[in-house]
Amino acid sequence: MINKKVDNVQTALQDVKDGMTFIVGGFGLCGIPENIIAELVRLNVRDITCISNNAGVDDFGLGLLLKQKQIKKMIASYVGENAEFERQMLSGEMEVELTPQGTLAEKCRAAQHGFPAVWVAAGYGTEVGEGKESREFDGKMYLLEMAYKADFSFVKAWKGDEAGNLIFKGTARNFNAPMAGAGKITIAEVEELVPAGELDPNQIHIPGIFVQRIFQGEKYEKRIEQRTVRQRV
Amino acid sequence: MLSKEQIAQRIAKELKDKFYVNLGIGIPTLVANYIPQGIEVEFQSENGILGMGPFPFEGEEDPDLINAGKQTITTMPGAVFFDSAMSFGMIRGKHVDLTILGAMEVDQNGAIASWKIPGKLVKGMGGAMDLVASAENIIVAMMHTNKQGESKVLKNCSLPLTGVNCVKKVVTNLCVMELVDGKFHLLERAPGISVEEIQAATEADLVIEGEIPEMVF
Repeated sequence: MINKKVDNVQTALQDVKDGMTFIVGGFGLCGIPENIIAELVRLNVRDITCISNNAGVDDFGLGLLLKQKQIKKMIASYVGENAEFERQMLSGEMEVELTPQGTLAEKCRAAQHGFPAVWVAAGYGTEVGEGKESREFDGKMYLLEMAYKADFSFVKAWKGDEAGNLIFKGTARNFNAPMAGAGKITIAEVEELVPAGELDPNQIHIPGIFVQRIFQGEKYEKRIEQRTVRQRV
Repeated sequence: MLSKEQIAQRIAKELKDKFYVNLGIGIPTLVANYIPQGIEVEFQSENGILGMGPFPFEGEEDPDLINAGKQTITTMPGAVFFDSAMSFGMIRGKHVDLTILGAMEVDQNGAIASWKIPGKLVKGMGGAMDLVASAENIIVAMMHTNKQGESKVLKNCSLPLTGVNCVKKVVTNLCVMELVDGKFHLLERAPGISVEEIQAATEADLVIEGEIPEMVF
């Protein structure tokens, strides 16, 4: 077993620098690497290019980096929950690349799996297609989308072991799985870190080969964005 | 004219047995409340769940169990979780049978505009572009006119596009239409709505053949 465990988030992020590109897991506030984000705020890492499906809310998730103006460029598919994001975008303070959600996931997965680019139909004929190569396959048009190149992938999982293997819970899996191994170095934070051998190999979702450092996270808030219930009849 | 609930109810009649269905945010989510008797469908939520269930009871909300609109949900028996790449693989690979989504505008070339009002509403497209580019069956659920009373069924969309060559069936608060060979064909009227009212609200070319029936619920 190759041991990927580091003691804490500070050790995990010791070589993070200004100007880097980060791929960050999560969908809305679900499955976000809370400890890593808090540490990036604490370190005041600046001029970040951030690739993540959403930008958090004003006071949680990636919104915390936005508030401190640490993000130079955001690549995301939906930023509607964050008023500060919309403001920085419309004012031109921050560069934004809005990308279809499926394309974003596949550009991460392409990086994870060593493809330089993928042909995707989504966005053809829209502003997303501007400036991109296109091609017809069987009478349908596709855009050539490049795999992401990032310095770090930051992912969050439910359980992990010291070999870096990850198990996700529910819809907190989302982008974390295709993002592990997409960046040059992948750092995983988990709610529960166990010794190698405790996780059933049949149950593991992401093999530890895609993870360079893993640490036990703490104090997860796991905020709910839209608490929605139904009435008992 | 129809309420949002009634638009959803009419669209639900298009669900076929054993369909996998993706519901967009807004009016489409209401379709889940009107599944016709005797058919089985499974709802896919693009953030990574098949077999999406209803909202939980109070006190049973799980932060790790949400839908694409970031609302807390539950699961049905037989549900499964998967990642976002696989989720869009299902959509792109045409394994999802039917997509229902809202729109700001549709046009007779088959284009949909649903995600951006330049300078005002730039929240992002989410999964909409993937869905309209890939789905075999798409139903658009929307109001026939906007808040200013202008037609949303156009010759050419004025707003930034979500996709091209993707509109087929459209259900509005006034009618059901189908796009065939570059023209909208009027199929059904909302109860109490006349053909003339629908024509007046439609900027696109609208084909009216024979007696147009009222919707049946």
